[in-house]
Formats: sequence, structure tokens, C-alpha cells
Amino acid sequence: MSGLFYIRFIARGRHMSFEEKSAWIMGVLAAGAYAVYLAAVLGLAGSMPLTDVPYVAPLLWTVGSSIVLSIVLHILIRSLSAKGAGMKDQRDREIYRFGEHIGQSFVVIGAVAALIMAMAEVNQFWIANAIYLAFVASAILASVAKIVAYRRGFQTW
Amino acid sequence: MKPTRVTNSIRRLRFENGELTQAELAERIGVTRQTVIAIEQGRYSPSLELAFQIAHVLNVPLDDVFQYPDSEGEAS
Repeated sequence: MSGLFYIRFIARGRHMSFEEKSAWIMGVLAAGAYAVYLAAVLGLAGSMPLTDVPYVAPLLWTVGSSIVLSIVLHILIRSLSAKGAGMKDQRDREIYRFGEHIGQSFVVIGAVAALIMAMAEVNQFWIANAIYLAFVASAILASVAKIVAYRRGFQTW
Repeated sequence: MKPTRVTNSIRRLRFENGELTQAELAERIGVTRQTVIAIEQGRYSPSLELAFQIAHVLNVPLDDVFQYPDSEGEAS
């Protein structure tokens, strides 16, 4: 939750748009959910080999929780913002597309890595984790790219 | 991100148009106030259509709002 207070602190210090707050939420949640997942899996790994750890439930729970939390936080920041603050304009749409385009590279890297691991008949634990890590890295990179574009500037010409 | 060489006079023109606020300008051109702030500060280059809308609201031709230097450091 400290990350969310940080978002609120930054948002208060400058005029942050709804979409920039959204980018912060998505990035912090992706990193936070993955940290919780890693802690759960590595915590269980103490008593058994890593590839035998029941990773499916922690993975599904952390992904599901981050989706629910993201919906709740978006509703919360929309209700706390001024009227019309949730509006998405041309700049927001361009920055969103730019961020997603940057983040997409990690999805491709993860898919290729998973494909190679499947062909090499690597344990499915590693394949699933490679894909999950790629999604997390993609979400974080997309959020960072969007935040940098909002704060440092974004030129289309 | 490469900084734009496009400069603008939106801030001055807002004050010359009855001290139009950033929020009022944003509402009239259909964007958020943060986008108007970003355009004024040169952190975002609007589309040509949005640039024309800004010029229309400020009652001036487009090149009174946005300037582009002919060469390094020289505004046209």
C-alpha cells in the first residue's frame, strides 16, 4: 500500500492526469503482485525442489487479486478526482499506445522463450514462470514508458 | 524523447483573450487541462487538427500560436 501513498504524494505535488495515475497503479500493482508471488513460491521452495512447488494457486491468486485491486483503485481515483477527470484525450491515447507498444516487446520475448523451453521439454514450472515474468516485465515497462512520456514529454511531430 | 523545436505563444494569447484559463481552453478544445499545460510547456506537440482548434479559440492564425525556427535558435 505504501506505493499507493507514493502515487498520491506525487499526484498532489503536480497536476497528474487520471491516465498517468492509472499508469502508476498498473506498474506498482504488477511489481507488487509479482513480489508477493515470488515470496510465496520461494517460501514453499525451502521444503522441496523449486520445480515441485505448487505454483499455480499463488500465480492465479496474485494475478486475480491484482486485477480486482486495479479495478477498485481505478474506481477510487475516479471518485476522488474532479468531475470529468476520467476523460481520455488525444495525448492520453497516444501515450497509451506508445507505452503498450514498448511493453509488447517483453511479451514477444517471453513467448519465444516459452516456445524454446517447450521444444526443449523443460519442466512446465519454468515455462509458466517465464511467461508470467514476461507479462509482469511488459506491464512494468509499459507503465514506466507512459510515466516518462507524461513527465518528460511526448512529441508526435 | 527528442525535444520539439516547436515553440508556442499560448500562454500570452490566453491572457490577451480575456485571461482565458487553461481549464477553459481545455474545455473548448476537448482535452484535459494537463494536456493544455503539456502543450504550453512544449512537452507535447498536438495534432494539426488540435493546433488549428487552439488557434480558432485564441482568434489568431496558426503560426501566431506555434512557431518553428528556420535554423538553430531562430524562430520564423
